Formats: sequence, structure tokens, C-alpha cells
Amino acid sequence: MNNMQMGGGGGGLGKSRSLSSTVVDQKQTGADRVRVLRRMGKYLLRYPKTVILALFLMLSSNLLALAGPMLSGKAIDAIEPGRGAVNFGEVWLFVGLLIVFYAVSGMLSYILSVIMVNLSQRIIYTMRREVFEHLTSLPVGYFDTHQTGDIISHISYDIDTVNTSLSHDILQVLASIVTVVGALVMMLSISPPLVLVFAITIPISVLFTRYKTKRIRPLFKTRSRKLGELNGFAEEMLSGQKTIRAYSREDTIVSRFDARNNDAVEAYYKADWHGAMIGPSVNFINNLSIALVTVCGGILYMLTQTTPTLAPILVLSLGGVSAFVQYSRKFSGPINELANIVSELQSATAAAERVFRLIDEAPETKDKDTATALTDVQGEVDFSHVKFGYVEGKTILHDLTVHAKPGTTVAIVGPTGAGKTTVINLLMRFYDVNEGAVSIDGVDVRDATRRSLRSAFTMVLQDTWLFCGTIFENITYGKENATREEVIAAAKAAHIHDYIESLKDGYDTMLTDDGVNISKGQRQLITIARAMLADAPMLILDEATSNVDSRTEQQIQAAMKKLMAGRTCFVIAHRLSTIQNADIILVVKDGNVIEAGNHEALMKKPGGFYASLYNSQFT
Amino acid sequence: MKLIFNYLRPLKRTVAFGLTIKVFATLFELLLPYILSHILDTVVPRHSLLDILKWGVAMIAAACCAMIGNVIANRNAAKVAKEASRHIRHDLFEATMHLSSRQTDAFTVPSLESRLTSDTYNVHHFIGMMQRMAVRVPILLAGGVVITLILDWRLALVMIVTMPLIGGSVFFITRRGLPLYRQTQKAVDGMVRVVREDCQGVRVIKALSKEEYECRRYDGVNKRLVACERKASITMALSQPLMTLFLNFGLVAVILVGAYLVHGGLSAPGRIIAFLQYFTLMSGAMTAMTRIFVMATKSSASANRIAEVLQATDASKKTATPPLADNDQAFIVFDDVCFSYNGKKDNLSHVSFTLPRGGTLGVIGATGSGKTTLLSILQRFYDIDSGSIRIGGEDVYAMDKKRLHQMFGVVMQNDFICADTVAENIRFGRDVSDEDMRRAATLAQAADFIESFAEGYAHQLTAKGTNVSGGQRQRILIARALAGNPEILVLDDASSALDYKTDAALRRAIREELHTTTVIVAQRVSSVRHADHILVLDHGKVIGAGRHEELLVTCPAYKEISDSQMGGAFLE
Repeated sequence: MNNMQMGGGGGGLGKSRSLSSTVVDQKQTGADRVRVLRRMGKYLLRYPKTVILALFLMLSSNLLALAGPMLSGKAIDAIEPGRGAVNFGEVWLFVGLLIVFYAVSGMLSYILSVIMVNLSQRIIYTMRREVFEHLTSLPVGYFDTHQTGDIISHISYDIDTVNTSLSHDILQVLASIVTVVGALVMMLSISPPLVLVFAITIPISVLFTRYKTKRIRPLFKTRSRKLGELNGFAEEMLSGQKTIRAYSREDTIVSRFDARNNDAVEAYYKADWHGAMIGPSVNFINNLSIALVTVCGGILYMLTQTTPTLAPILVLSLGGVSAFVQYSRKFSGPINELANIVSELQSATAAAERVFRLIDEAPETKDKDTATALTDVQGEVDFSHVKFGYVEGKTILHDLTVHAKPGTTVAIVGPTGAGKTTVINLLMRFYDVNEGAVSIDGVDVRDATRRSLRSAFTMVLQDTWLFCGTIFENITYGKENATREEVIAAAKAAHIHDYIESLKDGYDTMLTDDGVNISKGQRQLITIARAMLADAPMLILDEATSNVDSRTEQQIQAAMKKLMAGRTCFVIAHRLSTIQNADIILVVKDGNVIEAGNHEALMKKPGGFYASLYNSQFT
Repeated sequence: MKLIFNYLRPLKRTVAFGLTIKVFATLFELLLPYILSHILDTVVPRHSLLDILKWGVAMIAAACCAMIGNVIANRNAAKVAKEASRHIRHDLFEATMHLSSRQTDAFTVPSLESRLTSDTYNVHHFIGMMQRMAVRVPILLAGGVVITLILDWRLALVMIVTMPLIGGSVFFITRRGLPLYRQTQKAVDGMVRVVREDCQGVRVIKALSKEEYECRRYDGVNKRLVACERKASITMALSQPLMTLFLNFGLVAVILVGAYLVHGGLSAPGRIIAFLQYFTLMSGAMTAMTRIFVMATKSSASANRIAEVLQATDASKKTATPPLADNDQAFIVFDDVCFSYNGKKDNLSHVSFTLPRGGTLGVIGATGSGKTTLLSILQRFYDIDSGSIRIGGEDVYAMDKKRLHQMFGVVMQNDFICADTVAENIRFGRDVSDEDMRRAATLAQAADFIESFAEGYAHQLTAKGTNVSGGQRQRILIARALAGNPEILVLDDASSALDYKTDAALRRAIREELHTTTVIVAQRVSSVRHADHILVLDHGKVIGAGRHEELLVTCPAYKEISDSQMGGAFLE
């Protein structure tokens, strides 16, 4: 844990570290959900006209479709007299109406889908953009404490879920309500007594699905958890495959995998076993309604034929039976779907909450209103009585005072993971000090604009960061409108020009995913060229060593030396020559700067950490 | 697909049982509209309440049978899916564990991961769904056709004409839609890449105040993605309304044709009602058919990816040279060894050395110079192209792999810590006594800090050992290597995170207490300077060999490294 909090993490500045990567998902209360839903609704309301148009289309298309069974029932009534007595005038009338109604309804529903696709794409676009723009405004600390994978899943998976529910579920719910109410009204108009059948079947259906989903949901949760464990285990073991092979432990590991595999398939089976009930049972309840409707409808139909004095409320024609059966299907469909829609909405609100939490994350504090842009920076840097810690109550720098004159070199040394990057985080104002001040040319960094402060530095990190683009784009990243000549000059100074020229596409070579198609050393040289081009008065350098063959190593050293000339440099130093020649050496241990001074001064310090370690090299 | 059938074969009885039940259950379902039309056309005109009720009970009974049958069949399907995927997953995992390094490199670890996770999941899901739907759908269709033909062949013809229209249109739209979804997936990858890059490079972006530029860059991928998604969704949006439209027109045609048939005395109105029901059932089946089609495409891709791993064979083609007598002075011998990962450029060329039993070999050189490769081929992770490697006189290619690996205790670069206790990480699934484990921990200079944990050796480590420091991690790994009392200890950059004093103590312990033959790969001169023999590698070639003092004179590259590193031990 130590290691992570100190921000050293065994690597360069750019590494994403996780401090509290497991964000605890609190259970949502009803009120939370309503709040989230309301906020989700706001996205829809940005397009009021489209939403109203969609609602109108949805309503008319559904109502038109609802007329179908009634019309077909009427047509069947016209057929009912039977052989030689069919009323073709009416049959043709209703058939014609049916064709028109269905055609219009179909067209409307297609237009509706297209409108909804467009609406949802506009929303998803805006949402992604908002989230991303917010991301770029967040302090570096956010990225240090959140895993990249989590952030990606918010911006892709979570937003997708929210969007599906906005553009699909909400409309679905409304359409279902229209259908259920419409079908009910139609059924009542055909035969009120027959509707009583649903007084039996609907409660059975609702109670059954509620009971079942309540029992099954935990089973499905177990199933996902077990599967997650299995996947986690598989991933872990695959990453250690070489070691497993080296120790010939394949069989042991396979048997451990088997135990987890069994758990996972059994959990899957258990959920399935119970889940297997639901579909057929719901089907059964539907069929039960149809059977009851047939029987009761048949009786009413019979009575209508045999008893001329039948109370009008009980009268039912054959077409009525037909229409009723069709309506009953429309009626029970959405009710059976209710449980599904509810659970979808729940996962959508949960996803929305995660997205909103990211949007609500506090951005980097704004520059002060009185902040001035640093101009013509000389490079005089002061840390005065700086106190700092990443986490409250865990102070890392207690009282650091350093004065660096323009053009001098400050070497930061210490074991891996000791917190060497902290000093740099404060210089660049990735983090703010708790007490004391960091100042450039006598100006407190908090009184300068971030942009001017940061552009006064140029940075070469150990984790070379190149993005997917051409080499040219990567070099000009720090100076957008640089000319080709400037780029070539910078590349020459960084000893990478010849290599770039040797590539087929030269400076227009695409660096694919994370720049894997060029070597580590060459990547480093490209970032040095980038720094050369940016040409800032101060330099931050992470002097990574030994990742490359000796020839490239010499080139890098030479390039770095050039880069350092005339600039105030903060170097995370690894080379003895850099350290011995530095004007100030900061010795960092366990996150604290324990010694500061130049080589001679530190060597003279009796019992000093630097001196004792230095000397132990020669014993 | 063949893979899935292979795994279903042992379960064929269970599958057959389930499918039979499913057929009957579906037939019962198909019976319902038939009874409905019978009641309305035949029973009602008889004016017998009792008869109506009898037939009503028959309907409910049929519905009950359908339900029970479906539940049994679905549970059976779940069982089959469980058994089949249990075996598939086991075999796949076992196969991945036994892949040769070369094969693993070719597949890549992330790809193997996704084969083990999402692909096996797809296949599991598919096996269950196939049995539930793939039987139900054809039976619904075929049974529906048969029953409607019996009920009224003329009306049935109307239906049979419209069905292909419904199925065909959905099928074609889906086929057009699928490639669009693949494009969308690519666009998603593009967007994710920008987000990932920016999360990783946030310091550079902030340092250069490129936030706005990144927003513009993101906007580009976002727009592209939205365009893809829109195209795919709009294409697919046609299928639902079109299908409903065909269905409804079919219904209208049934009514119209029915009217003429009834007029001519060839049909009854109740049959039209039954037909309307069959129509709904069957068009539902057509839609399900499309879903099966999509699912089958996806799963067969998954199944093929799994089969690729299962069928991967890697016969070691290397023939062994005849054994020589074991010789203490020549315990490990490399004789003119050449090796290349890709068959083009040698990663090791003409490497020869001899190490006596109990001796220490140091290997030094820049990254990419072939140090780790040398260790890999020593353990026979890869086959060499020419030359020979002998241990104790025996060619490693003549040895049983298991026996070979048991000779070694290995710590690799960034080696693997699993989410388990310290003790288990040291034992690593081997039969190691408590005593041996503690001794190994002591030698590895790890006992002190392990015992300072509240739970001692039962201390739980996280995956990759993120809850201990780099130096502690390395010492646990070294303890693991020592716990098996190996004949050969291999340390690949294994002490880089140790401070100088601990590193020295460790080396002393190994030298004085163990007398094990040791191969140390390092970037620090201080880690190898006491070795009996040091190899200096550069681009796969030995550019210097001998003792520290000799190399300082004979090998300028070594002297250079040594000079530049003096004082470096506590800095890195």
C-alpha cells in the first residue's frame, strides 16, 4: 500500500495507480433512483420538439394497431352468417380499413424508430462529449486513483446502458401503458363479463413472476459472481503461465481451475433450473386466459344465439370472441414484460448514477481570478517550507526548502518507489501543496495560470507516451503549428532523424496502438524530440536507464545533455555522472526528502544516508 | 460448430430425451388454437354447456402438458449445457496450460483470456438456447403448417405464401445489419483507445495544456462512432415494422380468402379465428429463427476460436544429441547454440559456455540483448535452431519435460504472484514441508518481513502482489524458487528492487548455504561481479566472457557498464 500512496509505484509519472480502485457501489434507495431518473429525463428534455413528435407518433401508431382486432372481429361477424350468406360489402369495407390502418401504423412506427435512433444518438453523443470534456478538466489525482478500465467502462458501457433505457425503455413503458389501457377498453367494449377472466389470471401472473424473480435474482447474482471469479482466476493464471510451466505445476493449476469451473457451471445451472420455470409458466398463464376466454366466450356466444332475451351486457358475437382473444394477447404481453422492464430500468439508473458521479467529480480548481500568465520565465525555482501528502494525515514532505537558480540542475535520487515523482507533481501543479509554497521567478505557482506554468516546463518521462497518430503529429504535439523544418531540426537534435527517414513513410509513419511497432529506445528519442521542439525554459527529466542497447543509450544520453543545456532541470537521476554534476541533490527515502545538497556537501555529512550508500559501493 | 457437437456426443441420450419432450410440449401448444376453433365451430352449435366445459378442460390440460414438458425440457437443456461447457472449459484451460511458449506467443495472452472467458460463455449460452429454441421453432413452423393444412388446406396456403416473406425480409435485414454492427464495434474500439491513451497520458496532456486538442480528437472518434451506430440502428429499425406489416397483411388475406371460402361453404368462421392464432404463433417463430441465426453466427465464431486452441499441436521437432557422461566440471553446457523467435533474425547466435556443478553464471547486457531468451531455451520453453544444450551430460531435448523443470528453481522478470497466502505463493502447489518453506524464506531474506505480518505466512497477497513492496515481492519469489531444493537456480533480474545490502546478503546466503548451480541475469554489475563466469551479451552475441576482473580488461562494453553504474545500486 505504502508504495502506491507515495506516488512512486515503481515507474514513471504517467503510470496510472489505483488508490481506491474499488468504488463501493452503494445500494440505491427509491429517492436516489427518482433523482437519477429526473436527471436522465433532463437529457431528453433538451429536444422537446422531437420528444413530443415521438410521443405523438407512438400514440397514433399504437392506437391504429389497436383497432386491428376490432376491425377483423367485425369482418368475421360479416362472415359469420355462413355459407352463401356472407356480407361481402362489409367484409371488403373492414378488410380495406384494416389494410389502411395497418399500413399507416407500420409506417408511423418505422418513422418513430428512425426518429428515436436519431434522438438517442444525439443524446449519447452529447453525453459522451460531456463526460470526456469533464475528464480532461479533472485533476491528475483522479487518474492516479481510478483505474483506466473503470473510466472506459463509464464512458462506453454505462452511457450505452443509460441511452438504451432513455431511448427504448421509456418509450416501451409508455407504449405498453397505451396498449394495456387500450386493449382493456376494447375488451370492455366487447364484453365486460369476459374481462373478469383476467381477474383470475393477471394476479396469478403478477404474483408468480414477482415471487420467482425474487427467488431467482440472487441466483443470477451468484452466477455472475462465480463466473467473474472463474474469469479472474483464468486471467491470473494465464499471466503466470510461464512460471507455472517452469515449475511444472500445470496439473495442480488445472485442478484448481476445475474447482472454480464447477462452481461456475453449477451456479449457472441453478439459476437456469429456476429460470427454466418462468417462460413456460408465463406461457401457460396466457394459454389459460385464452382457454378461459374460449370457454366463457363460447358460452356467451351460445347464449346469444339461443336466448333472444339475453341481457345486452352478456351478448357476444363470434367476431367478438375473435377480437377478444387477440386483445387478450396484446393485454397480457406487456404485463408479463413488466418485471423485465423494471430490472432494465434499475440497471440503467445504476449506470446513470456512475456516469453522473463522474460528471460531478470536482474538476481542477480554477485558476485564481487574479492569476497572471508567467512570461519570459528565467527558471528560478523555490520550494519554501513545503508540506505535502497525497492522503490526509499522511504527510510525505514535511518541510522542504530548496532554492534552484536559473540554469541549475536538481537531481532527485533514491530507491524505486520512494516518492521521487512527488516533487515533480508539485512543480507542475498536478497537486497543490498543503502548506508552504512553490514559486517560479518569485511567483507562487498558485498565482499563475496553469497553462503558462505548465508551458514553462518541458517534460520527458520514463513512460514514454505516444498516441496513435503519425510520428510528425507526435513530435508536434507540444507545438501544434510547427513547420516541417523545425520538426526535422528537433529530430536531428534528438538523434532520431536518421531512423525516421529510414522508415517507409518517414515522418508520416503511423504509430499504431501504443506505438508498439518501434522500440522502447526510439520511442524515448521521439519524446525527446517533442521536448526539444516545445523548447521551454525549464526541464523535467526522468532519466530512465538501461532499457536499450548501448548505442541507443549513448544517443539518448547525448540528446538529453543537449536538452538540459541552459535550462533549469529537475532530473529523476539514475546516472552517477548526472548526480555528481548536479547543483543540488535531493535524497528521497520512504517519501521523505532526507538529505539535500551537492555531492561534496552530502559526502561530508557524517553518517549521512547518501554518503554511506555511496561508500558501500566500493566495499 | 463441429466442436460443440463433439462435446454433445457423450450426452446424446440426455439431449434426445429433452428434445423428444420438447417436441411433445410444442405439439400440445399447437393443439390449443385447434381446440379453440373446434369449440366455436362444432361444440357451440350443439348448445351443450357440458361439452363446452369438457373441451375447455381439454384446452387447459393441453396448456398444462405444454408447460410441464417445456419446463422439463428446459431444465434438461440447462443440464446438458452445463456438462458440455464444463468439459469444454476444462479442456480449453488444460490446453492453454500445456501450450508451448511459441504457441502462446502466437495466440497472445489477451486472446487466450478472451477465449477462456467470453467465448466459452457464448458457447455455454448457445448450447442451452439451441436446445430450447432450435427445436421449438421448426416444430412450431412444421407442426403449424401440418395442423393448418389439416384444419383447412386452402387457408393454409395463404399462410404458407406469407411466411417466407416475413422470414426472408427479417433474414435479409439482419444480414445487412450484422456487418454494420461489426463496423460499429471497430468504431467503439477507436473511441476506447483515445480514452485509454488520454487516461495514461494525462500528465503529458496537462503539461502541454492540450486538453482542448484532446477534446477535438475525441470529438472525431465520437462522431464516427455515432454515425456507425446510427446507420446500423436505422437499418435494423426497418425489420420490426416490416415484419408486423407482413404479418398483419397475412391476417387480412386470411380473413378475405376465408370470407369467400365460408361463402362457398368450404370453411367455417371459427377456423379463421384459429388461423389468426396460428399466424401469430408462427410469425413469432420466424423472428426467433432470425435470433437463432445471429446467435449461431456469433457462437460458431467462438467455437472456432476455442477449437483453434484445442487443436493446436506443437510437436517438438528437435532431435536430441546422444548423452555424454555426467561431468562435474561441465554440468551445464551450451554448444554453439543459435535461436530465433521468428525464424528470420537470430536472437541468440553461436552461444557457447560451460558451467561446473555448483558454479554461478552471470549474464549481463542491455534489454533485448538475449539474456532472458538464454534462460528460456535453457528451460526448453522454445526449441533451439542449432547447437546443443546439455545438463549433466544429457541433452535437454532427450529429457522428460517434467523432470527437466523439476531441476529448476526460477524467478523471472516481473514474475507471477497469485492472490493467495504467502505460504501458498512459496509452495506454489508443490509438496513443500513447512520446514523447507521457512528455510527457503530465511535464505531469501524474506523471513523477517513475513513474520512481521500479523498472520505471518498466512498473510493474504493480492493479485500481482500489489500489497507488498517490490523488494518484498522479489524475496517471496526467490523463496519460491529455493523451496523446491532445486539443482539449478535461475534468477532473471530477480533482485533489482532489493537494496544493496539485502542483495549482498542474499547472494552470500545462496553461495554459502546452498551450493546450488546458479544462473543470474542482471542489469547491475554488482549482482554478477562475484560469478564464476560472466557472459556479456549484445544483440544475441557473446561479446565478452570471463570473470569480473578479466572482463574489465578484455571487454570494453563491460567496463563501460561497470563504470556508469558505480554508485548506481542505491539509485535504482
